[in-house]
Amino acid sequence: MSAEFDQKIHSTLSDANLQLAIYTATGRLKEKRIECVSPESLPDYQELRSQANAVKKHSIENLDYYLEEFERNLEARGGKVVYCKDGTEVADFILSLARERGAHLIVKSKSMTTEEVDLNERLEHHGLESVETDLGEYIMQLAHERPYHIVAPALHKTRYDVAEIFTRNLHVPNEIVIEKQTAIARAVLREKFLAADIGISGANFLVADSGAVVIVENEGNARLTTSAPKIHIAVAGIEKVIPRAQDLATFLKLLARSATGQLLSVYTSFLAGPRRPGEIDGPDEFYVVLLDNGRSKLLPDRTKRQSLYCIRCGACLNTCPVYRKIGGHSFPWVYSGPIGAIITPQFMGVAHEPSLPFASSLCGACAEVCPVKIDIPKILLELRSDVKKSEAREKQNRLEKLAFRIFAWVMTHPRVYELAGRMAAGMAPSDGGSWIRTVPAPINIGPLRAWLSQRDLPPPPARSFREMWRQR
Amino acid sequence: MGKRVSLFVTCIVDQLFPKVGMAMAGVLERLGYQVDFPENQTCCGQPAFNSGYRGEARMVARHFLDTFESSERIVVPSGSCTAMVVHHYAELFAKEPDTLARVHALEKRVWEFSSFLTEVAGVTDVGARFEEVVTFHDSCHGLRELGIREGPRRLLACVRGLELREMAPAEECCGFGGTFAVKFAELSGAMARTKIEAIERTGARAVVSLDLSCLMQIQGVLSRAGSGVRTMHLAEVLASR
Repeated sequence: MSAEFDQKIHSTLSDANLQLAIYTATGRLKEKRIECVSPESLPDYQELRSQANAVKKHSIENLDYYLEEFERNLEARGGKVVYCKDGTEVADFILSLARERGAHLIVKSKSMTTEEVDLNERLEHHGLESVETDLGEYIMQLAHERPYHIVAPALHKTRYDVAEIFTRNLHVPNEIVIEKQTAIARAVLREKFLAADIGISGANFLVADSGAVVIVENEGNARLTTSAPKIHIAVAGIEKVIPRAQDLATFLKLLARSATGQLLSVYTSFLAGPRRPGEIDGPDEFYVVLLDNGRSKLLPDRTKRQSLYCIRCGACLNTCPVYRKIGGHSFPWVYSGPIGAIITPQFMGVAHEPSLPFASSLCGACAEVCPVKIDIPKILLELRSDVKKSEAREKQNRLEKLAFRIFAWVMTHPRVYELAGRMAAGMAPSDGGSWIRTVPAPINIGPLRAWLSQRDLPPPPARSFREMWRQR
Repeated sequence: MGKRVSLFVTCIVDQLFPKVGMAMAGVLERLGYQVDFPENQTCCGQPAFNSGYRGEARMVARHFLDTFESSERIVVPSGSCTAMVVHHYAELFAKEPDTLARVHALEKRVWEFSSFLTEVAGVTDVGARFEEVVTFHDSCHGLRELGIREGPRRLLACVRGLELREMAPAEECCGFGGTFAVKFAELSGAMARTKIEAIERTGARAVVSLDLSCLMQIQGVLSRAGSGVRTMHLAEVLASR
């Protein structure tokens, strides 16, 4: 494990206020989801999941076909598709467009895809002002932090934290009433919307048969971002494409319920091309940036490409006992929780944080709540195997490899196994059958030491089961 | 015929909790089963599989196949080890058709203890008596990989003198996770402490589960915290009278 990962986990676990904030906020989202996918609320929930899985599977297996169809249909409506292989290409495209149009101010609605390529930093580096307009995301931008959660970026911030962030950055009086904090942000952001030259959004779905970008949100900021400025650029991962508008009947039912426990998000926008003659609002120019950024690498693998089915609802984070302890910022990349643990190594390479796929008890709670049925534990197991293969190639972690070779040898030689078990039992301190709190220093090493750092160890029994069985 | 079972007690029961194996054998014998213990058995290979060492896991899995191939039915006091055999062996041998055929022939005959009782033996009342307030911890692999939820609760409901108090949430992981418990010890410990808070809120005097790995983690943390709550495998409860 990298020292940084270890340190972040440790510091999050040691912060009692943060622990409470994460556990409470995720607990609330978790409970709300359970309520609104219950058989009373959504009787065909399991069928919808299977349907969503089937549509995503089909889309990913025919990605080239549907991307081309999407492009054709969008361009017929006057929109433009731009393919980018990474963040540099996205930034280059936006920067050159901004230069050509003399644009300075950009408003952004929430998009994990742009977080993935550090778009704000890249744009600001070239003198553009890029303002997040989703409230949580805006708070995080002011605080100079990455989103803590796929859906709730400022999940770990209390209203007192927000009051302090606003006072420090916006020079407003300390305000702890949430409604008033919202009004402060609203007043600032209204001006930005009206003055902005470009609006950048993400996309929840790209609908191939209608060439439309679908965005769901609760604050109305995405609708303003995509309609007020003269130019709208939607940045979307290539995996966001679905074949037909009617598939949305399945996905929209699942997305808001899984994400926030709502039956439907407050705003669902269908955006298909720029403003047409006679329409009163909408941008003059409409671009969809289709980002690869490592996604196409997943396509050859039947199991692992399921990772591309994700609709970014965040349900796996809220239900994950690991996320609920270590929070979003312990994770080594923008995507956190179970989905982050499977896509980070695949997009960024397993070496980015080799221990990430191991940071899971494999409890399977994530797969149980995933609305598109991604088998996250299975992918984690495959990634673990990938990490070990890569370590073997690089001749790393040889002691562990040796330990497992010995394990396999012992477990295939029953007599050796029995002898080894009796020897280990003989070494353990015996204290009249009570659980062991400490062991002598020479053996208090490695896994034994790690175990004892948190809990007691069972005392070895006088006889193993096989001995008892023989003697009965 | 049909009244013979082989025990796969798992390495953790064999080495650390032999009484659980004896209790399981006792319950099965009381139900009229002829119980045998294939002496060559060791481990299912899950530690290697979950740690990413598939080659090593395959060696151990092959040993399991050799050991149990002639057994009619195999009963296991663990949801996790059962799931390893019935779900993951097929993954391990996906590219070896001959071994895969052996796996498929075997996996139908491997049963987690509680589901063997409710689904094969068709019993819920084994005649046990246990005067205690208990809570039940759903072990993750039994629950999510094998779909075991109601069976053990039905078995507990038939135990005379026993009161079951559900904890909230019963289905959240205890944080064991095999090598996860030592690779991410502090995190694993934090998860376990959240679990024991839920256990203690019920006022139960014992936690019952289907897996010794979860119970070892839970008991380890209970013991460290100086709690008087004890852990028991379902077999130990059902063997009481």
